[in-house]
Amino acid sequence: MGYAEFSLSGSEGIFMSKIKSVNDFVIKFANVNGSGSASANQMFAKGVFRSGIPVSPKNIFPSNIQGLPTWFEVRVNEKGYLGRREGIDIFVAMNPQSYAKDVAELKENGYLIYDSSWKRDFGREDINILEIPLTELCVQEFTNPKQRLLFKNLGYVGLLASILEMDKEVYISLIEEQFKGKEKLIEPNVKALNIGYNYAEENFKDFCQIKVEKSDKTDGLILTSGNDAAGLGCVYGGATVCAWYPITPSTSLAESYSKYCEKLRVEIGTDKNKFAFIQAEDELAAMGMTIGANWNGARAFTATSGPGVSLMSEFIGLAYFAEVPTVLFNVQRGGPSTGMPTRTQQSDILCSAYASHGDTKHVLLIPSDPKECFDFAVEAFNLADRLQTPVIVLLDLDLGMNDWSTPEFEWDDETSFDRGKVLSKEDLDGIERFGRYLDVDGDGIPYRTYPGTHPEKGAYFTRGTSHDEYAGYTEDGVKNAEMLSRLVKKFQTASSLVPAPVFNQEKSTSSMGIIYFGSTDCSMQEALDILEEQNVKIDAMRIRAFPFNLEVWEFIEDHDLLFIVEQNRDGQMRTLIMAEGGIIPDKLVSILCFDGQPITAEHITNKINAHLSGKPTPAIAAS
Amino acid sequence: MTYIVKPKNHHPLLEKNELGLTRRDYEGAVSTLCAGCGHDSISSAIVEACFQLSIESYKVAKLSGIGCSSKAPAYFLNQSHGFNSVHGRMPSIATGAAMANHELLYLGISGDGDSASIGIGQFVHCARRQLNMTYIVENNGTYGLTKGQFSATNDLESKSKYGDDNLFPSIDLPSMAIQLGASFVARSFSGDKDQLVPLLKAALSHKGFSFLDIISPCVTFNNHNTSTKSYDYIREHNDALSRPDFVPSGKEIVTDYPRGTTVDVPLHDGSLLSLEKLSEDYDPTNKITAIKDIQESQRDGKVLTGLLYVDPEAKDLRDILNVSDKPLNEMSQNELCPGSEKLKDINLGLK
Repeated sequence: MGYAEFSLSGSEGIFMSKIKSVNDFVIKFANVNGSGSASANQMFAKGVFRSGIPVSPKNIFPSNIQGLPTWFEVRVNEKGYLGRREGIDIFVAMNPQSYAKDVAELKENGYLIYDSSWKRDFGREDINILEIPLTELCVQEFTNPKQRLLFKNLGYVGLLASILEMDKEVYISLIEEQFKGKEKLIEPNVKALNIGYNYAEENFKDFCQIKVEKSDKTDGLILTSGNDAAGLGCVYGGATVCAWYPITPSTSLAESYSKYCEKLRVEIGTDKNKFAFIQAEDELAAMGMTIGANWNGARAFTATSGPGVSLMSEFIGLAYFAEVPTVLFNVQRGGPSTGMPTRTQQSDILCSAYASHGDTKHVLLIPSDPKECFDFAVEAFNLADRLQTPVIVLLDLDLGMNDWSTPEFEWDDETSFDRGKVLSKEDLDGIERFGRYLDVDGDGIPYRTYPGTHPEKGAYFTRGTSHDEYAGYTEDGVKNAEMLSRLVKKFQTASSLVPAPVFNQEKSTSSMGIIYFGSTDCSMQEALDILEEQNVKIDAMRIRAFPFNLEVWEFIEDHDLLFIVEQNRDGQMRTLIMAEGGIIPDKLVSILCFDGQPITAEHITNKINAHLSGKPTPAIAAS
Repeated sequence: MTYIVKPKNHHPLLEKNELGLTRRDYEGAVSTLCAGCGHDSISSAIVEACFQLSIESYKVAKLSGIGCSSKAPAYFLNQSHGFNSVHGRMPSIATGAAMANHELLYLGISGDGDSASIGIGQFVHCARRQLNMTYIVENNGTYGLTKGQFSATNDLESKSKYGDDNLFPSIDLPSMAIQLGASFVARSFSGDKDQLVPLLKAALSHKGFSFLDIISPCVTFNNHNTSTKSYDYIREHNDALSRPDFVPSGKEIVTDYPRGTTVDVPLHDGSLLSLEKLSEDYDPTNKITAIKDIQESQRDGKVLTGLLYVDPEAKDLRDILNVSDKPLNEMSQNELCPGSEKLKDINLGLK
């Protein structure tokens, strides 16, 4: 973290205190949405990443197309702490609508950058204000009214490059890459960058005590979002059908699949697609198409968010009971109901685990970074095919939509898809009587056939009604109970196939443990380091899947007190653990955050320390 | 439903088709619908059409939603995979299935509750997307399984068995289908096999979305004398546009109608639908007149049947989405997975 020191302020000539730090700060941008700021802000983050310092840009946007305030936060941290951190070191305030709120968020001795074409008194003596008349400068330099507005954004990126003492060339090459093929646009964009850069070089040399210094901490990392990674994972996992309905924050997952398919899945010679990408009329249809395609032997998936899961639930139950492999990505957002569509939460744990009426349970995979989103997308198809059941991959808005500094994607060309128990024509020839729901192997997983396989054998009637081993309708209650019990057995088999938890220690050494999952991971790594510094000895386990496998239960067994860290109100993972394992509630303490902002390390450590000191505080906000 | 298995012994003299199969080979389980149900006649018409077309049953996927009609797929084509899905959602299952493997024949069986109420959205969008399938609505104007509530296709003037007034006008599914872009739209009557079987054969041979609205009286709840979907009412008010004759690919036309009184529709697979005109200005390729004819017939208290509209050159969803000729479900990992070298490039692009 940075510290303050006295230095001479450039313009005022009085002694001011300034935050000083290298490669460790949080910068926040306030803009008007629809003004083209997001790509400039992203470019700023990417420039820092290219300088070798891990970044975690987070887009905090309204559910709106144009005109409302929007923010973009970038944490720059050489140690690789990429969870959200409270307190803003540098504020680029480009939206007068939100000045008051924005300036209040700025840390003491922080830096405020604003468009001084319209001067303002912000009423804070404890911050450093950098004035740049961006609008005036852009009006002078550009004649096109659109460009005059748009280029203000690149103007402040140039300014930041100067005051943070970054290599301007990094941004010039980013501009060149962005406008590859539209070379005409490079020159005005570079010009816009230079407007800010040159202005700062002339007026604000040595103004800022926060610096970006080249490093090598991004070697082996890429900058991408969970949705982008999951979409790519679906391509690598062999998905050929994507049926989806637009819903924030999952839309970009389906679009990523389509984007990568256009590049990687077009037949040479015919120019035909080795995929079908269908925007359905609603989530119900999206799920139905996914089930239909999987039933017919293609790997198919859909992507949605909470409201979509509610709508898909009837179909999820059908896929569960009729045992049709299905992959569903649920990119969670703030609920309940329409909730906060553009804010993050992990509040669909229970509705995903038990989606649909009747006794149902579903396999959940919970990745914690984009690399794992890629891996789990591939794994989801293998598990769905192997287990012949819905597999729900749980992301959240923070993981899905924001760019993360994440390990490079890896692929082993020797691995092969697990298509599960599917009978070929030859297999069927060797079988006297095919029973779609016969538990031949004793693992609860029956064999299936694709339509059109054999002229005389293997046909069956897939149904959501109660059925016997031969897929025939039955109202025999005992038979139906047998089928339901076999599904439980299958779920037990699943627990040994799903990804095991990740432990932060080789062996449990404390009587206290932390359980966490998903996007909380990045803040948790920082929190665990802080706790260690504070001499709080605690073990930690990251759950990556449901059903919970043996190692999860052993960890719970091994500890007397467990903190379960979740980004929801009701401690849904805690409930799931209690319900599935018969764990005594007293042993499980919830650490919760549900204000729609990604959880912070400070929040986690504060709540744990408060509990340990016997003064637990109510959990609501991120800090 | 399917627990009564029929014996497989066939009489040696039973007629065989080009595949050497008899009609019995196209049957399903014994129906558990009410005796006299129109749906059973439709099932047997499907058996007849598939027999005559020498369709390989195992290359057919029969799909349905929920309701009496949706039970029907169990009663024909025993060697076909069936999918009895959830209420009103058959079209989406069919869409996904057809995208996975376009080489199968997709036969969807739905009802008026399934398609005109709970599933109207999926019906609409499936037609609009031109999915290559045959979509049958076994239309009886009532909810049979839940004991006789009005459905959305029940005519306004058609009272319930117990004398209740129907409060809302009916939805005309064929008009909707035409407007939505379905490329084969017909209406028929379960009791008119001569019309129904050739229409079914043509629908199954047509490439694109084939929609058949088949009036199929419910003997238990909607066959009374104040119903407009009773056997008697349909027989009296059936206003046939044409008398269809289906001529398979490579076969000669044997019907001998006077010149100028037939319309011949060549279908995608080389077969021909030859229609004897029953009204002078009948043109089944004209959407506008088709909708006008339906409306006029409705105004006059008649039930217009026959082939209402066809576009034999229509594109289907696979054409529109430009999906590969090789079925997606047959593609190997090598064909689908871009591999590690490509991934290195992708990683580089994300630096």
